[in-house]
This record gives sequence, structure tokens and C-alpha cells, in this order.
Amino acid sequence: MSSLVRGERQRLNARTRATVVGIVVLVAAVVVGLLVGPVRIGAANVLRWLFSFGDPPPGMSEQQALILADLRLPRVIVAGLVGASLAASGAAYQAVFRNPLADPYLLGAAAGAGLGATIAVAYGPPGALELTVPIAAFIGALVGVGLAYGLGRSSLGGRATTSLVLAGVAVASFLTAVQTFLQQQRSETLRQVYTWILGRLGTTGWDDVRLALPSVALALATLWAVRRLLDVIEVGDVEAQSLGLNVARLRLVVVVAASLATAAAVAVAGLIGFVGLIIPHTVRLMVGGSYRSVLPLSVLFGASFLILVDTLARTVVAPAEIPIGVITAFIGAPFFIAVLRRNRRAV
Amino acid sequence: MKVQDRAGVTTALEVRDLSVALGRRPIVSGVCLDVPEGGWVCVIGPNGAGKTTLVHAIAGLLPRSGSVRLWGRRLDELGRRERARTIALVPQLPAIPESFTVEQYVLLGRTPHLGLLASEGAQDLHAVATALERLDLGWATSRRLDSLSGGELRRAVIARAIAQESPLLLLDEPTTGLDIAQQLRVLELVDELRRADGLTVISTMHDLTLAGRFAQRFALLSGGRLVAEGTRGEVLQPHVIAEHYGARVRVIDDGTLGWAVVPLAGPDP
Repeated sequence: MSSLVRGERQRLNARTRATVVGIVVLVAAVVVGLLVGPVRIGAANVLRWLFSFGDPPPGMSEQQALILADLRLPRVIVAGLVGASLAASGAAYQAVFRNPLADPYLLGAAAGAGLGATIAVAYGPPGALELTVPIAAFIGALVGVGLAYGLGRSSLGGRATTSLVLAGVAVASFLTAVQTFLQQQRSETLRQVYTWILGRLGTTGWDDVRLALPSVALALATLWAVRRLLDVIEVGDVEAQSLGLNVARLRLVVVVAASLATAAAVAVAGLIGFVGLIIPHTVRLMVGGSYRSVLPLSVLFGASFLILVDTLARTVVAPAEIPIGVITAFIGAPFFIAVLRRNRRAV
Repeated sequence: MKVQDRAGVTTALEVRDLSVALGRRPIVSGVCLDVPEGGWVCVIGPNGAGKTTLVHAIAGLLPRSGSVRLWGRRLDELGRRERARTIALVPQLPAIPESFTVEQYVLLGRTPHLGLLASEGAQDLHAVATALERLDLGWATSRRLDSLSGGELRRAVIARAIAQESPLLLLDEPTTGLDIAQQLRVLELVDELRRADGLTVISTMHDLTLAGRFAQRFALLSGGRLVAEGTRGEVLQPHVIAEHYGARVRVIDDGTLGWAVVPLAGPDP
């Protein structure tokens, strides 16, 4: 009994430590995100502004306050929401597909969402984009995952870890090709799509926060609620069923929630790959594989990660911006190889 | 509802005319089996006889025809979680989430006792601690699964099933891949739990000597059909084994050596 209590305490300690580190990193990332930009605003001013909840503190110009409130803050919030969504949905897909390489980008979910959003912009009623884009992106994400899962199981032998990802990459390429074609056809109306689809937050404002927040909140709350059940799936479908779990229903709920989060992320930030791979695996190295810890910590670290990557994206070649997706791929592709090598036995 | 026969023994499991097909291929056909409460029945038979399929069908994990009753109640009537509170399965090749701690893993056995979105309470942690102590794994609580030996890992899987607190325990090949000492240890621990808690045990086993020493009754499956059922003296006979396994054996039963099934094959030096 005493050893159990000790074990429980150790596990909690690792998780508590990681949570504290995660919160500190997130706060630091937000401050850095607000601090960096073409107009110099001192760190002290940024902090004072943050803690006065938007009232320009003495010594800060009206213009500086506007830059923080209308440009930098919404951008930091959207980056945080996108990072949290992609990291959490990556972890969730990994759980229900029992596949360490599952990621919204590699599964075709992100590409499906991109195609859906493009269709909504190109053919939908121009007045209602706030409503049509997220819905179309959500349907597209579900279609993408559904195709990847169906093809991966049927044509390539469902057991191999790589077959799902191979199918996902094929589906993603196909959907992206359709999306590019549509974009070329409608190059006038879709100029906005082009800058957005590469994965960037250059024109982000409070509109995007309003667009993404409801879906992201709903999806993350759902995933958080089922995090204990994600652990049960780790023992496989048959054993999970023998433990009384309705595996098919849980898988459906989780895929829908993860696709909703992915769609929201794509709708405001375009295609950003590998976040769902990098963050959950890094978290696992810190606290082990239980989704009770992996899921909440992925939200925390995913948000910080994307805020920092976005900050990097707009400073490296300032005044121009690098698409965020380029930076995440730069880090994520080697990471993908590392995860693939570690799981060679399962492939 | 208790179902008792004339001698006052409760029937834990009653299987009638159970058949399972995968696609059109019949895997198990027309099996009838009674298991008394607190008893240990071993399902034996050659590879591919349908033992695992039978066990999974009894656990409600496969589409089937015929009837399965647990303490008088039809298996179909039980909800998923209620079923899991009645039957615990230890599969032949359990999927091991390597980065879980032993405690996190055994805690999964509490799943059928928890509401869908609830988290574990003191009672669940206590059940896990008790299960770990009883399988001599108290020291390993916070160890990761991938740091355990094969025998320890098998005991962790059984601890998960014990934490489930189900009165019927299904063990599919519980000794595969273990050395002889660990095989004995696992079976002795199961037998202790059975005697102490009145658990009903159904196991499949290939080692007929070990099976004969622990189980009380034997069900011989061959080609998906139940071809013999009874005590070891009735089922584990050389001519029965020769017919269904295609192997020549000698059954030794004397006061000094105990009881054993010895294969007669290969050159005798």
C-alpha cells in the first residue's frame, strides 16, 4: 500500500512539474509574442499593459496600445488556439488509431479542411463566410480522415503503422491537388485563400479568434472529458471491449472532436503540419504515455510552441514573413523520421 | 438469481449449443459446457481447434449463436459494463502500452466500475493495490511495463483482471512464453485466488501436465467441436490425445512422481 501511494505521488510529481513548466513557458511565449514586432514596445510596457487589462499605461502611446490590442494580441491568441488544437488532435488521433505517426496533417484531415474551406470561399455565399468556412472545413476534415482510415485499412493491411499514414499522405496530396485546381480557377476571389492556405497568421484579427474559439473550446472540452478512456484503448480493441468500453462509439466521438479542432485550426491558419506529432511525443518523453497527462499537457505545450514558431516566422526575414508551415515542417520532418525509427518493430 | 443443481452447487457458466463462424467458416460448433462456481475448467485441444474463439465468445466479444448464461442470466441481457464486471479476460497476447506504469495499467481493470466520465476514487486505488500485492507486484507499482520481465508482465496482466473484481476469470494460455518456474508461479497464484475468493476459472492450456495438476475438469476441443469433457482421468488418456492431437504420449500417475503427460517422440538416447 505504501509503495502504491509513493508511486502515485511520483507520477503526480512528474505531471505537476510538467504542468508548472508548461504554464511558465506559455506565459513567457505570450509575452515574447507581444513583445516582438516591427514597432518597438519595451518589455516593461508590454507587461504593464497586460496587467492593466488593455488600458494604455502611462508612458505608452495610443498607437502602441492599438498595435498590442488589435494586431499582436489576437495573433498570439489565434496561434495559441491553433497550436493547442493541432497538438491535442494529434494526440487524440494517435490514441484512437493506436498509431504513433497519426497527425492531422499526415492523416489528410488538414488537407480536407483546407479543401472544404476553399470550396466555401469560392462557391459559398460571400456574406456568410464566418459560418460556412468552419462548417465546410469540418466536413472536409472528416472526409479526409475517413478516406485515410478506410483506404489504410482495406488496401494496405490495417495492422501496419505506416499503412494509415501512407494512405493519409496520398489522400492529403489528392485533396490538396483539388484545392489548388479550384484556387487556380478562381484566382480572383481566392487571392485570400492563397496567402492563408500556406499556413500563416499575417492577417489575423479578432474575427479569427471569434471564428476559431467556439469549435476549439468544444473539441478540447470533449477530448479532455474522455482522456481516461483513451488510456483504455491503448490495450487494443478486443481487450478494451472486454473491459466494458464501447470502442467504436468512443473512436467516433474522438475522431469527430479531433477533426473539429483541426478544422478550426485550418480555417484560421491554413495547413500547418507536424505540430500534432512533435508536441505529444515530446510530452510523452516527459511524463510517460498515459493520456490523462499527455492530452492536457499537449494543449499547453502546443499553444506555446505555435506562439513561438509564429513569432519566429515574422522575425527571421522581417519585414516579410515565412509561412509557419515551413518552420514546423523544418522541425517536424526529422522528428517524423525519429518516431518512425523508434517504432520500427510495429511497421 | 442462483442456479443450483441437486447437489447444491451453483452453476457459474452454462453454455448451450454455442457456435461461432468467421465469415462462412465455422470455428466453433455446437459446444455445450457447464462450469460450477469456484471450479477450474481447462479447455484443451490442438492448435487451431477454436479454443481462443470459444473463450472470446464466452466473454461476449464475438458474434455467436446458441446460449451463454452466467449465474443464470443470459449474456445478451448484460450491458457492456455489467458484462465486464462479471467476466475478466486475460488474453493470450495482451497489447502492452509500454510507457505505462504498472499501476496505470492495472487501473484499467477498474474501467467497468467507473461512470463514463468519472475518475478513480480511493476504492479503485485500493482494489489496484490489493491486486498488485496478491500477485507479488507491490514493489513494481511505479515501474514502467517495459522494464518488467516476461513473468512479471504476465502477473501484471492477471493483476489487471483481478482488479476488475469479476467472479469469472478467463485465462487464454496464461503460461505461454514463461520459464517453468514462472509457469508454476502464475498457476499457483491463480489457484490461490480461486480458493480464497471463490473465483471461477476457465483457462486454455497447451501444457497438459500443468493443466492436469491445476484444473478440475477438462474440455477437449477438436475442429471446433467439444469431443470430450470430464476429469483428467476421463479426458487425458493416451488414446484420446493420440486421436485428436496426433501425438503419442504416456500418462504417468504414481504416488512418488505425481501425475504427468509425457510425449513419446524422437530418438531415445
